[in-house]
Amino acid sequence: MGLKQNLHTLKMKYKGTKMAPAFNAIHTFLYLPNETTHNGTHIKAADDLKRTMNMVIMSLVPCLLFGIFNAGYQYNVQTGDVTKALSFFSTEFWNFSNFTIGAWKVLPLVVVSYGVGLIVEFIFAVIKGHEVEEGYLVTGMLVPLIVPVDIPLWMLSIAVIFGVVIGKEVFGGTGMNILNPALTIRAFLFFAYPTWMSGDKVWVTGAVDTVGQPDAISGETILGSLAQNNGFGDWSMMDQFLGFIPGSVGETSKLLIVVGALILILSKIGSWRIILSTLVGALSMGLIFNGVVNAGWVTESSKFFGLMNVDFWQHLFIGSILFGAVYMATDPVTASQTNKGKWIYGFLIGFISIMIRVFNPAYPEGVFLAILLMNVFAPTIDHYVLEGNIKKRAKRLKLKTA
Amino acid sequence: MGLLSKKDTRLILDPLADDNPITIQVLGICSALAITAQLKPSIVMAVSVIFVLGLGNVVISLMRNIIPSKIRIIVQLIVVATLVIIVDQVLKAFAYELSKELSVFIGLIITNCIIMGRFEAFALGNGPWKAFLDGVGNALGYGVILIIVGFFRELLGSGTLFGFKVLGDSVEKTGLYAIGYENNGFMVLPPMALIVVGIIIWVQRSRNSALIEEN
Repeated sequence: MGLKQNLHTLKMKYKGTKMAPAFNAIHTFLYLPNETTHNGTHIKAADDLKRTMNMVIMSLVPCLLFGIFNAGYQYNVQTGDVTKALSFFSTEFWNFSNFTIGAWKVLPLVVVSYGVGLIVEFIFAVIKGHEVEEGYLVTGMLVPLIVPVDIPLWMLSIAVIFGVVIGKEVFGGTGMNILNPALTIRAFLFFAYPTWMSGDKVWVTGAVDTVGQPDAISGETILGSLAQNNGFGDWSMMDQFLGFIPGSVGETSKLLIVVGALILILSKIGSWRIILSTLVGALSMGLIFNGVVNAGWVTESSKFFGLMNVDFWQHLFIGSILFGAVYMATDPVTASQTNKGKWIYGFLIGFISIMIRVFNPAYPEGVFLAILLMNVFAPTIDHYVLEGNIKKRAKRLKLKTA
Repeated sequence: MGLLSKKDTRLILDPLADDNPITIQVLGICSALAITAQLKPSIVMAVSVIFVLGLGNVVISLMRNIIPSKIRIIVQLIVVATLVIIVDQVLKAFAYELSKELSVFIGLIITNCIIMGRFEAFALGNGPWKAFLDGVGNALGYGVILIIVGFFRELLGSGTLFGFKVLGDSVEKTGLYAIGYENNGFMVLPPMALIVVGIIIWVQRSRNSALIEEN
């Protein structure tokens, strides 16, 4: 008797008891259920929740792999063990030393994120007596990608518990949440433990421990350097596009995010409207700031000059706006549902992201705050889009009958 | 208890749990968010409200037959304002540091919806003894929530209770801090107070499903 049969027997044995959802979840996650329809099916659809979630996870895997190598690479570049990588496939980047250092830091984040999150999901499924939902599979993958590598694991656990319980379960679980759970987790970490989530010490592993020593590691991101009017640092445009820069674990490689975006759009899981309008929103805000600088209203003495002076299109390559647009804003549960609503929703996310990025004195990035804010407004946007449509149709009806 | 009849006891005990002004009637939330970052101001606030509401209820109850109903709100406001000014002056005289910490929120007791709510709903229709019990009971219910929220926010947000470093010193890294524990800065911010109140409401309603509103 294989594992599958064992699980099936357990499932039958515990049917109707409180623990049943836990066994069912493991069974359905690993195998096709034993009971399938014997006659012909009436509706054929390949995209059940499990498959949808798996597609998103698959589109995230390149980012995760890159993030693992990058965590090690950033450390080795700072200590001088490797020289800077020049092209995407250079061996300075894809080598074993980078991988082991990175994996040692990143894999625990993944394990903690999934472990803690799924335990919470299982507990709630058992208490509430419903099946375990697949919602956490994607959240659990997103969380390690949007935190700094050196975040202590206990902080991550607390944040995951908070995010899953307060961000999702209190509203009724998967599909009922108002806020994106992954971003709720990030927001919790950001407000609870700001010294671990921002500043110039957390983005490269080991930077916190070596503060003040002669071989100190700098963990400054490009955004941090720009916010202090120090320009782009030593990072070239190509570094930024390929992702050889310090930042949250999985959001540095714009190239791989674009690849992920294509997977999501082609499989019709992510909404291209939201992605596109977010980028348009970000570009418009960037253009406005460029205009302000060109008009001479803001001069080099201003503390906002560094970020305002960035060419508007470069805003897409620094920080996490691209990652947010592709993986966070498109979350079908928390985004607007109507097509017109999606345009408005996305545009405002991009617009507000860049605004917060430039004006927030404490921490020069605002993508997650902007998305959470628009999550709250998404139902309102939908409401007015619907109202508008109803009014338009009523008018048309009147014209016809008159 | 000879002093309190069964009905009177309920006047005091009901607001503590199943008819709590904050978690059930959802009144007085603003002050619960504003001053609960530390335990001490929470307690001072609770005591102040017990004083104002207990005494105010008696005064309104005594005057209930002579207040013209058209101007009753103004009369109520004058009563609260007088009592609040007394509290404010006493704090300034005997606990200046605390009164600075609570700053405008003592004055804002006037706008605490619980107080006007009890005047309107109870004191105007009941005798002074009952009104007193009702006032004290509701203020206690308010205070209990304040103290629970203040306890968790100060413990988790600053690692202290009444200013004592119960979890160790966060700068010198003693106690819990020696093994890497850190204060949760989110706890000090007002949004977290709202979430803590929310969790209390959640726990209370899941223990007693009769409290869950139908919609």
